[in-house]
Amino acid sequence: MWSRRQGRLRPTVCGVEELRRRRREQEAALRKARREQQLVSKRLLREDVPEEAGEGCVAAILGEAEVQQFLRQAQRGTEEKEREGALVSLRRGLQHPETQQTFIQLEGSMRTLVGLLTSNQALLQLEAARCLHELSHSEHSTIAEACLPATSYLLTYLSGHSPDFIELCLYTLGNLIVESEAVRRQLLPQGIVPALAACIQSPHVAVLEALGYALSQLLQAKEAPEKIIPPASASSSILASTLPQHMLQMLQPGPKLNPGVAVEFAWCLHYIICSQVSNPLLIGHGALSTLGLLLLDLAGAVQRTEDAGLELLACPVLRCLSNLLTEAAVETVGGQMQLRDERVVAALFILLQFFFQKQPSLLPEGLWLLNNLTANSPSFCTSLLSLDLIEPLLQLLPVSNVVSVMVLTVLCNVAEKGPAYCQRLWPGSLLPALLHTLAFSDTEVVGQSLELLHLLFLYQPEAVQVFLQQSGLQALERHQEEAQLQDRVYALQQIALQG
Amino acid sequence: MQLPPALCARLAAGPGAAEPLPVERDPAAGAAPFRFVARPVRFPREHEFFEDGDVQRHLYLQEVLMQVADAPEKPRVPAFACQVAGCCQVFDALDDYEHHYHALHGNVCSFCKRAFPSGHLLDAHILEWHDALFQILSERQDMVGEVCIAAEAIPSGDGLRVLPQLSGARGQGQGYLSTLGSPVRGAWWWGRARGQREVMPSPCQYQCLVEGCTEKFKTSRDRKDHMVRMHLYPADFRFDKPKKSRSPASAEVPGDSGERSEGEAMEICSEPVAASPAPAGERRTYSHRIPSTICFGQGAARGFKSNKKKTKQC
Repeated sequence: MWSRRQGRLRPTVCGVEELRRRRREQEAALRKARREQQLVSKRLLREDVPEEAGEGCVAAILGEAEVQQFLRQAQRGTEEKEREGALVSLRRGLQHPETQQTFIQLEGSMRTLVGLLTSNQALLQLEAARCLHELSHSEHSTIAEACLPATSYLLTYLSGHSPDFIELCLYTLGNLIVESEAVRRQLLPQGIVPALAACIQSPHVAVLEALGYALSQLLQAKEAPEKIIPPASASSSILASTLPQHMLQMLQPGPKLNPGVAVEFAWCLHYIICSQVSNPLLIGHGALSTLGLLLLDLAGAVQRTEDAGLELLACPVLRCLSNLLTEAAVETVGGQMQLRDERVVAALFILLQFFFQKQPSLLPEGLWLLNNLTANSPSFCTSLLSLDLIEPLLQLLPVSNVVSVMVLTVLCNVAEKGPAYCQRLWPGSLLPALLHTLAFSDTEVVGQSLELLHLLFLYQPEAVQVFLQQSGLQALERHQEEAQLQDRVYALQQIALQG
Repeated sequence: MQLPPALCARLAAGPGAAEPLPVERDPAAGAAPFRFVARPVRFPREHEFFEDGDVQRHLYLQEVLMQVADAPEKPRVPAFACQVAGCCQVFDALDDYEHHYHALHGNVCSFCKRAFPSGHLLDAHILEWHDALFQILSERQDMVGEVCIAAEAIPSGDGLRVLPQLSGARGQGQGYLSTLGSPVRGAWWWGRARGQREVMPSPCQYQCLVEGCTEKFKTSRDRKDHMVRMHLYPADFRFDKPKKSRSPASAEVPGDSGERSEGEAMEICSEPVAASPAPAGERRTYSHRIPSTICFGQGAARGFKSNKKKTKQC
């Protein structure tokens, strides 16, 4: 798996505060992009050449003349080392956006680069591919689109045998894919899907991670649900290819599971599933059981290590499971839910605790799965009770309004199943917790609290007295003017007074 | 958040489902103004619910800047030369050598020494450049080339059945075949020897070079048209050079630097018609397959005359 290192062009000395500030800025920019549905990120592969003191470690911007000179040297130099050196210099210069602009504006430059990419000198090929890769990483579409003449070759090389080269081609393709629909309109007829389907059989972990990345970029495309995922799209279809089965294989827990690879393919699966194109097909391939087992494995891993990267895998797995559970096919296969193992609930709570400590923003996603597991399942609701998980659930109430609503919803799922369930919710911390949430100002939190109170009063009438004794009515009065809550507040007041 | 101690033990234990408590719903539970209904929820792609997780995912993508090699730098070894005959490249890093080997010696045509990026392209090259029967069949295209039959029908030592009379309809894919007596070897089935004047069947055998595409074409030009129109491949795709007569000793590899390749593509074949790039052994095979009593086209010479036409058309 990739580990994190500082960018080559950043100053080497960087305070912790500065890093935090940059990360906050980065996060804010990503959030904004997400809201505008413009979330695009690219990966950059750069060899970490040790910087030597006293030399020009930071690459300089190249002017037009220099770019031309390097290209000429690479193309026509007599010595192979000289040719390779020229391309290395070009590649370093291309780390700068200015050099990239200069390069694409130079007539014939891309043609020459493509010629070097397809040359019979293997190391020149590699360096030319690295130059292309730098260009593909650009934020400017003109620069990335200038790489289009190379795509047929990048795809052709995916059937080759040099893992480093294939990895580089895949990351370059992944960067180009995400650039624009225009690029994808070329790559799809060029056969990117069959090329990826052939490449996924590679035994090399680095290649698989790169492939997962490229595929995730393809699946993230806006037009993916109509044009790329459905089986009817023929040659460009993901679901009609062997990719889904292979993806699920990459996610099977066991000694061969590689976290970096699994992260990429879990995200691929998430993009397919949330497009809601043909999820029964995936269920038929065993997606539910594979993902369920993976969830158990994740919970085990979380207990064993302090690795903060596990949430990168946990997030898409939770999403896939949650969305798949809404499919009717889940019920019809064998006449019962495919996912019935109680350990899934245990694993989920271990992950919730992990999120609580490391990544609270993912708590809603975990609770979403809990809702979908418990909504129509008396068995899972019983597990929550028998495994003593109501208390831990209540401990999440103060985290945020969104989390509160979801916790209360899950509790409603349990309570609505009838007296046998409500009896197990009583006595305990539930009523005090509800009295506490009734003091919240958020309408949705209060509304869900009222729903739960109603079910509790209905199936566990003793609760009414205790509610009254603990100033429940005053808690209700606070909300009797609120339009969305009035009716329910009034109804509960009546029940309480009659009880 | 405190979890019950027994939870970890439950995770470690075997699979199992809890025996559900009895469900007993009161109709008053769903009565207005209360509206709770237990239901699984689904979120579509762009839902704001996914914002936090998506942002984390993209932070991960953006922050991962450097490749982590197992060793911090490429392991250097004492310089060594590539062991493949005729290759004099020297290396001091195993990774470089590995890439060189795969790129230049991995898929090499044993006839003309051209290297190809994949087995798929190498197979196509061998078939189209060095297979005698393919050569004969594709020469047919220039003379009649009316109906295509499936490439699988072409024998490689097996018998073939052929239609004695064809309607002359254009088309690709499966044609109509009927038996003509016992299976015959090679190209003896042309039928001309039997004194019939008929349209010669010509197979579609130029396979599309794009991975996953199973289309086949009568001529390499048709194939190129297809690749350009349907697959948006460049018209000068370097692994789809038309065949020209060159001596194998030239060891030209497709896709030299831009300028050189273009120069070669434009070259008109000037070698004698009878010259063949195939090694002598193949020519003997060629001779055995076609008895002298068979003649393709009136007065047409054997050889690569058609190549000139193709080259000009490029």
